[in-house]
Amino acid sequence: MIAIVDYGVGNLFSLVASFEKVGAETVVTSEVETIERAEKIILPGVGAFADAAKKLRESGLGKVVKAQAAKGKPIMGICLGMQMLFEKSCEYGCNEGLGLLKGNVVSMKGYIDAGLKIPHIGWNALHFVRKHPLFKYIREGDFVYFVHSYFAQDCQESLLAETEYGKTLTAAVAQGNVMGCQFHPEKSGEVGLNILRAFCEL
Amino acid sequence: MITKRIIPCLDVKDGRVVKGINFEGLREVASPVDLAKYYSQCGADELVFYDITASAEGRAMFTDCLREAAKSVFIPLTVGGGIRGVEDFERVLSCGADKVSVNSGAIANPSIVKEAAQKYGNQCVVLSTDVKRVHGEFHVFAKGGREDTGLEAVSWIKRCVEDGAGEVVVNSMDTDGVKKGFDIELLKAVCAAVDVPVIASGGAGSIADFITLFKEIPDIDAGLAASVFHFGEIEIANLKKVLAENDILVRR
Repeated sequence: MIAIVDYGVGNLFSLVASFEKVGAETVVTSEVETIERAEKIILPGVGAFADAAKKLRESGLGKVVKAQAAKGKPIMGICLGMQMLFEKSCEYGCNEGLGLLKGNVVSMKGYIDAGLKIPHIGWNALHFVRKHPLFKYIREGDFVYFVHSYFAQDCQESLLAETEYGKTLTAAVAQGNVMGCQFHPEKSGEVGLNILRAFCEL
Repeated sequence: MITKRIIPCLDVKDGRVVKGINFEGLREVASPVDLAKYYSQCGADELVFYDITASAEGRAMFTDCLREAAKSVFIPLTVGGGIRGVEDFERVLSCGADKVSVNSGAIANPSIVKEAAQKYGNQCVVLSTDVKRVHGEFHVFAKGGREDTGLEAVSWIKRCVEDGAGEVVVNSMDTDGVKKGFDIELLKAVCAAVDVPVIASGGAGSIADFITLFKEIPDIDAGLAASVFHFGEIEIANLKKVLAENDILVRR
């Protein structure tokens, strides 16, 4: 059973449907015991960092996720959920994330070439930085669907895959049992489903 | 780099897909769920479901179709039609939509863009606008193209983007249904005015029209069409192959 952490950010319909498609059982939950009982955890998220970080903190679910990560349970953050795994972000004032991975979440503004649109919306190619079981069913250069204005910087050893948008942006990260995708696997067609399938098999 | 998107639009009435020829003379085509699956397999980058039903029963059938489609295709789904308030966003988002497109609803109540963007994020709010030339000016039309609002289109689009619309679909009524190409003049004007993704709609008749669109306007993000895809006049896989041969970056 995979627990999809419901902390009030974003639409979880497609995530549930995509796991169902790859034959995995999920539960959308904000209950501590359910998250503790789950074999794996998905931390979703759409919207602004500050608001999501506050909801994770105030609901107490951030602590639960951190404790489960420390126990070695596989955890994958998706989009804003991935950004939550880092130390901090300065979107609308500086806010702390869960700090499970080293690095900061910063704006693309002023980093990517002027003239490129922000948010970075659409299908872009994944470039692997290193091998990882999450990618066992996909290939270098496969396209995935992104929607974001901020990205994780200085990820150091957790950096797993990048994408090009004027500059190089972090697309996926992993360190031990803690993983994250900046793109939306649940919206990335077969490629995305294959990443979720690989996550289920970890 | 980011790819150019190809987006089939499914007009849905009473649970069936239709395509208006110049917005009139509606013709029945196929099941929205089957078409969505088919397009997803062909390489469509995204799908738009447009609800053109007026009745409550039709609306319920639409959300059933949407839910079914969102369980079977795993590419972004945008839903439009009958979006009058933030509660309509909730209704379709909870059935699997990723983005919601507002058209007449924003004209009747412009604050809907800001409210929805604050609640769901800019990426969720798509402004869709029907535009037609009136005495040499681009005018915004409401109610499926039946009513001239008198609003100047480029400034209207600009205003909605400032309010939080994260993407814009520009449908030219002058080129829609004519199949002689997209409205390059109008689309260039919109791309010059806003810095969010712009999706071209209305006028696609051949693969060459898509090549012209992306070559003439490098800032255009996507091309949207309906009948040329539904009637098999353009196959998406083939369209993408030819675009790639013409050095236009697409997902394949």
